[in-house]
Amino acid sequence: MSDDTDLMLRQILTDVLGLKPDQAAAFDGDTGLFGHLPELDSMAVAGLLTELEDRLDIVIDDDEIDGEMLETYGGLLAFVKAKRQTA
Amino acid sequence: MAEEYGLSFDRSRERRLLVVPALFDEANRLRRFTVEVMRRLDGAGIDTLLPDFPGTNESLQPLEIQEPQDWCDAMAAAARLFGATHVLAIRGGCLFTPAKLPATHYAAVKGASVLRQLLRARTLSAREAGREETREGLMALALKDGIELAGYRLGPEFIRQFEPMLPREDSNEVTQDAVGGSGLWLRAEPGESTAQADALAAAVAVSLA
Repeated sequence: MSDDTDLMLRQILTDVLGLKPDQAAAFDGDTGLFGHLPELDSMAVAGLLTELEDRLDIVIDDDEIDGEMLETYGGLLAFVKAKRQTA
Repeated sequence: MAEEYGLSFDRSRERRLLVVPALFDEANRLRRFTVEVMRRLDGAGIDTLLPDFPGTNESLQPLEIQEPQDWCDAMAAAARLFGATHVLAIRGGCLFTPAKLPATHYAAVKGASVLRQLLRARTLSAREAGREETREGLMALALKDGIELAGYRLGPEFIRQFEPMLPREDSNEVTQDAVGGSGLWLRAEPGESTAQADALAAAVAVSLA
């Protein structure tokens, strides 16, 4: 399976944050997310996680959600990739 | 019901559409979009009424005493009062579509999904504040004492009845794919989209033709 996780994650962030099409392409591993982007509040993150579950066919438990995983683009991508491998 | 507020485009035309809004936080993010769709339908010769759910927005009633049946009744009463011939319901609003009118559902969701997301948002903000809450723990609390979710104070009976609710199955379903782009309810900040409003209004107008 070719890994489209990165592309899909950028698309979901684009949808949630209302970014222009090329803006998410500039995200790198260190780009800050939760706690760095004021519009990404808990309600938006809840929506983001639900959307990730729906589009990537994974289930994210509450106790898997921690600050590290949500803090940067790289952290979230690593988490989602690992999730998809075990799904 | 006579005391309740509703936004309408009413020129006593033949085709009269009750618009059942999205719920809670999504209602805020989709309100502008919803009104944009109504504006287009007005232009297409269709009257619309957008009521509030009792206890939300401009409603004068307290929210925490509401039960889902009260919301169903309120939408049915609004439809009667307005003389609605059809219904458009949006997202969680699809759970409260009056039974007898032909309905279009836009991106319908189940009660359990709405609740799950609200509970998740609450556990996330608790965690940020250094408190540990779990969805299971919150749900138990909600069923006993009621709970505040996304700023909405919901009673235990509301939670109990809301969770298993499903949209009516005989509606004309309009999915996000049909409307194009990504759902505006996902946006962290309220957004708008001319193309999406055009597409949804067109889908509704076609179903009423």
